[in-house]
Amino acid sequence: MENAWFGYDSARPVLRDVSVSIPRGRVVGIMGQSGCGKTTLLRIIGGALLPSRGSARVFGTLTRDLDRDGLYAMRRRMGMLFQFGALFTDMSVYDNVAFQMREHTDLPEELIHDLVMMKLQAVGLRGAAQLMPSELSGGMARRVALARAVALDPQLMLYDEPFTGLDPISLGVIARLIRELNDSLGATSIIVSHDVDECLDLVDHLYFMADGRVVSEGDPQSVRGSREPFVDQFVHGKPDGPVPFNYPAPSYDADLELAGR
Amino acid sequence: MAGGALRAFFERLGGWVTARVWRLGFASRFLGYMLLHSGTALRRFPLTIREIYFSGVLSLVIILVSGLFVGMVLGLQGYNTLERYGSSEALGVLVALSLVRELGPVVAGLLFASRAGSAITAEIGLMKATEQISAMEMMAVDPIARVVAPRFWGGVISMPLLAALFSAMGIFGGYLIGVRLIGVDEGAFWSQMQAAVDLREDILNGVIKSFVFGIAVSWIAVFEGYDAPPTAEGVSGATTRTVVTSSLAILALDFILTALMFTGGNVR
Amino acid sequence: MNRSTIDLWVGLFVAAGLGALLFLALKVGNLASFSTNEVYRVTANFANIGGLKVRAPIKSAGVVVGRVSDIRFDDQAYEAIVTMSLDSQYKFPRDTVAKILTSGLLGEQYIGLEAGGDSKMLANGDRLRLTQSAVVLENLIGQFLFNKATEGGDNKK
Repeated sequence: MENAWFGYDSARPVLRDVSVSIPRGRVVGIMGQSGCGKTTLLRIIGGALLPSRGSARVFGTLTRDLDRDGLYAMRRRMGMLFQFGALFTDMSVYDNVAFQMREHTDLPEELIHDLVMMKLQAVGLRGAAQLMPSELSGGMARRVALARAVALDPQLMLYDEPFTGLDPISLGVIARLIRELNDSLGATSIIVSHDVDECLDLVDHLYFMADGRVVSEGDPQSVRGSREPFVDQFVHGKPDGPVPFNYPAPSYDADLELAGR
Repeated sequence: MAGGALRAFFERLGGWVTARVWRLGFASRFLGYMLLHSGTALRRFPLTIREIYFSGVLSLVIILVSGLFVGMVLGLQGYNTLERYGSSEALGVLVALSLVRELGPVVAGLLFASRAGSAITAEIGLMKATEQISAMEMMAVDPIARVVAPRFWGGVISMPLLAALFSAMGIFGGYLIGVRLIGVDEGAFWSQMQAAVDLREDILNGVIKSFVFGIAVSWIAVFEGYDAPPTAEGVSGATTRTVVTSSLAILALDFILTALMFTGGNVR
Repeated sequence: MNRSTIDLWVGLFVAAGLGALLFLALKVGNLASFSTNEVYRVTANFANIGGLKVRAPIKSAGVVVGRVSDIRFDDQAYEAIVTMSLDSQYKFPRDTVAKILTSGLLGEQYIGLEAGGDSKMLANGDRLRLTQSAVVLENLIGQFLFNKATEGGDNKK
């Protein structure tokens, strides 16, 4: 992505002059506060949004140049894991994972069965194949969504907040799966998150975003020891720093005085 | 100053009208797109059959029960009035024509909108809110073709059938009250009805009406669902809008269609 | 809900719906309409057609033998020209009388045909010569009042 700007309306840009380049085969993390534009970045990469200025290039092609069919062809080489799984609630786990295979290929049911079982085995949920999404716990649902996302062996995996809301065990499981899948598929993974510890252990490279801009980048080692104020505050969870504790407000004395009257 | 307030009022009115027109245009493009991409709904017919089940079969109970009651009320009220002019034998005619021409399509349409229409809107809206629609798009499957179109066609197919069942049930209800309970002559009931109800003029027109209502309700239901803001309030607002807009649309279309179809007379 | 159960219910639903439509068409409606039979057209002129409408029945001896298909105004003779579509299986002689009658006291108006004795039958496009116009209620009442007044006048003499 080069010099991309994006805004839903021109007065309030969501992304300002963002340049990110993600090499093949690596696991890259994009971190930042809620609302800093990380998810928008992900959607631009996925082709769901077009940058207002600048460009995004995926698999060597500009997203701007793609027509509907081209866009769909590009997306078949990608997999995306949504924040809470986004499983299809009217289908069983098996049908969810088999969805892409049934829609995009003409494989016979026996072959699909084997493939689905393989994917579920990789995430450890082969036994849950006949359950409905409403019967799954959060962590299990996310693992099924992961199996569904990798159903057609994509070359690019996008993860939108994969660690949010999970217990420590599930956290560890997901993190391990992300790494394993990336390496075994020879794919590239982009993780958007604000879970510092997991990301630092997992990724090859990190980008930090604040306020729609990229403020810092580096590999986990350098990030841990970074003395850059924003990175420092973020990584060590300090309450005050470049990101202020107080929401902008008139002076405290003035407010108290007003109330006292 | 009164002038300023008046001006503000008109500005708001104009803005409101513009917004509605824009939304209507957007909804029309949506309809056009969906119709173009309805191939999937027809090629993979089981998807559509599933939707016929959910909007049609599951509405059967409310339609049949309502039809029966409406028919029975028609029988009672109709008899009261006709008796006064000594024409109680025309009860069959009254019940049949009221149902086939108007009450069948309209009431069945209103019931369909509130039961099936709101369910469709809620379902699609919820799928949008839980990112299932986005997930489908990211998997290169067109959600409009796969989720929206089958529900639309399911509604369009179910509506005329439900209206016919409503009318039939209503006539049966009128028969129960008129002939069995009150004692109108059975032969007169049926024979006068057959003489007065015409296949082309009345029944066919009623079917056309229910078909048009089906298209309107299904269109509104899927559009509101797809366009709903992905929040709890958003989905609930969309569901309410479906029921209200569908009901108004049915009544307005009914007036237009009735004026077109039943002008009667011998004006040439 | 598995697939076959859904299919079963949908099948039943569609069958029931079509059945209801069939019921309406046959038992409730008027399936034997003359559009399916062969018809021949004849015209007749009337001084006053009263409340006669297009599609009104044409009866002879009380049996429906046709329908009114067209009603026009002749502004030369200032009369109404009524076109009648008669079922081909019923033949009428050329001197048949067409009368506009009312079913019941205040009911719908229809055309009644009374066959004459001519050996030649009506063909497509022929015109009935003998007609009787509708009875207009106001004229009847006016006539009645006039008669009453005349009677009263006679009695006084």
